[in-house]
Amino acid sequence: MNDRMHAWTLTETRAALADGMTTSTELVRHLLDRVQGAGEALNAFITVDVERALERAAASDERRRTGAARSLEGLPIAHKDIFCTRGVRTTCGSKMLENFVPPYDATVVSNLEAAGAVVIGKTNMDEFAMGSSNETSYFGDVRNPWSTACSPGGSSGGSAAAVAARLVAAATGTDTGGSIRQPAALCGLTGLKPTYGRVSRYGMIAFASSLDQAGTLTRSAADAAMLLSVMAGADPHDSTSVDVPVEDYEAELAASVKGKRIGVVREFMVDGNDPENSAALKAAFDVLRSLGAEVVEISLPNIGLSVPTYYVVAPAECSSNLSRFDGVRFGHRVSDPEDLQDLYTRSRAEGFGDEVKRRIMTGTYVLSAGYYDAYYLKAQQVRRLISADFQTAFEQVDLLAGPTTPTCAFRLGEKTDDPITMYLNDIYTIGANLAGLPAISVPCGYAQGLPVGLQLVAPAFGESQLLNLAHQYQLATDWHTHAPEAFA
Amino acid sequence: MSIDQSDIDKLAQLSRLEFAESEHADFVSKLGSIVEFVDQLQAAETDGVLPMAHPLDLVQRLRPDTANPNIDRDALQSTTDAVADGLYLVPKVIE
Repeated sequence: MNDRMHAWTLTETRAALADGMTTSTELVRHLLDRVQGAGEALNAFITVDVERALERAAASDERRRTGAARSLEGLPIAHKDIFCTRGVRTTCGSKMLENFVPPYDATVVSNLEAAGAVVIGKTNMDEFAMGSSNETSYFGDVRNPWSTACSPGGSSGGSAAAVAARLVAAATGTDTGGSIRQPAALCGLTGLKPTYGRVSRYGMIAFASSLDQAGTLTRSAADAAMLLSVMAGADPHDSTSVDVPVEDYEAELAASVKGKRIGVVREFMVDGNDPENSAALKAAFDVLRSLGAEVVEISLPNIGLSVPTYYVVAPAECSSNLSRFDGVRFGHRVSDPEDLQDLYTRSRAEGFGDEVKRRIMTGTYVLSAGYYDAYYLKAQQVRRLISADFQTAFEQVDLLAGPTTPTCAFRLGEKTDDPITMYLNDIYTIGANLAGLPAISVPCGYAQGLPVGLQLVAPAFGESQLLNLAHQYQLATDWHTHAPEAFA
Repeated sequence: MSIDQSDIDKLAQLSRLEFAESEHADFVSKLGSIVEFVDQLQAAETDGVLPMAHPLDLVQRLRPDTANPNIDRDALQSTTDAVADGLYLVPKVIE
């Protein structure tokens, strides 16, 4: 028994289990002690699944004893509470689903379990993934392990806080406009959003179906590669999952990046960014150069319209997706409805929080008669312009680079009064969602003592070169190994 | 476009939502600022640009139209108490 097991990355944990240095049961017990001890104050988990986690860890240890270990055998992970887990409450951070126990598993959940991963719990998140600070959760704010007065970012804020605080080595997340990369940047983690359709959305509660994608929050690119290899693939249950062969992402990590052309997005390197963030990024570009990459400047002329485009497209899709919550088949239901309309209206009014209501109302507005062409159709046209900019850029460079966020973590409560200020936190991440491209955030330094994220974007299905470059950067730097002092 | 209380009432009705009187001013003001924000799209030159509905411009994958066994009805209906004889219960709709 090693009392530093929580400090291991997923890759290190896999090796330790294979070498017999520890067992999954010991590991799970150690992590649960942290979750229920020092980790409690972060409010990173909505549900901790002690009994089932220990049962599965024991079964996993037994499997290893009989020589039948699988690729993620016995590795503890956590799931964002947006992924349906059979028999385990799945709330999506909402009062609407406070008591929802799904009758089936999301494909992400079943893929990871089939590879041997052991789920220790479900992490906190912005309600229905709508938020950038984790403050819209019905289950309370999550705190950033680097400074508990600050937000961990969102919407995958619970997953980010849990991995940064060494409560678990890896967690799943979802990214509709930056919800993996932004919290990864704010918590000093590696956050991967794969190509749209690379990972199945089946059983992942839908927010904006043309943007949503599942990914990972880990402490290294190598760990992300390990998980993506298992999570990715076409799924008969999700007709938008894409049937492109899944690569061996771990095998590609070691490749040289010499001669790779990397385009720094001019529109992302602006005076409005925190100067300390900009300095950290410029140092990161120098590291990429020292690895033999060629770093050039590139322009995405229409990227400035990505946030307004997103705040038409995403609410429109959300207003449609969330119409399923009507108090009839699942979710919150008022106790004494007068009639059917009253059942729908009051169940929804009571079950949803303010930000979710605002997005449903915005979506209904942009889709309503008289406004559809001016807003929804217009946004879909601008979306194509933004996407075309990326395609043009990738004719000149292999990957794009820039900041993940304009600033480091902000204080809880600082941006809650004005939705637009909050929305603008995703100014550098939304473009990849609109264009469906894979992107990753890796730690590259500090501003005001808090982590800063370097974002890399690749062409569609370019996960392997994205992870390769991130890994090579992490071999040359050690930012990703730093732990917040209180949770080291 | 500016948003007023009558817009909020109409949108709330279409969205099957309702708001307490005390929430009205806040919703008018915040929704108004969102609409004002997305209005910057109007300045974009988009003549002849095809609207983009799928980020990779892919078409929906089809499967053979065959019946497949799925999750059973009892398991699906375990998510609510308002069921009887395999049917969902709602307030009386027809007098």
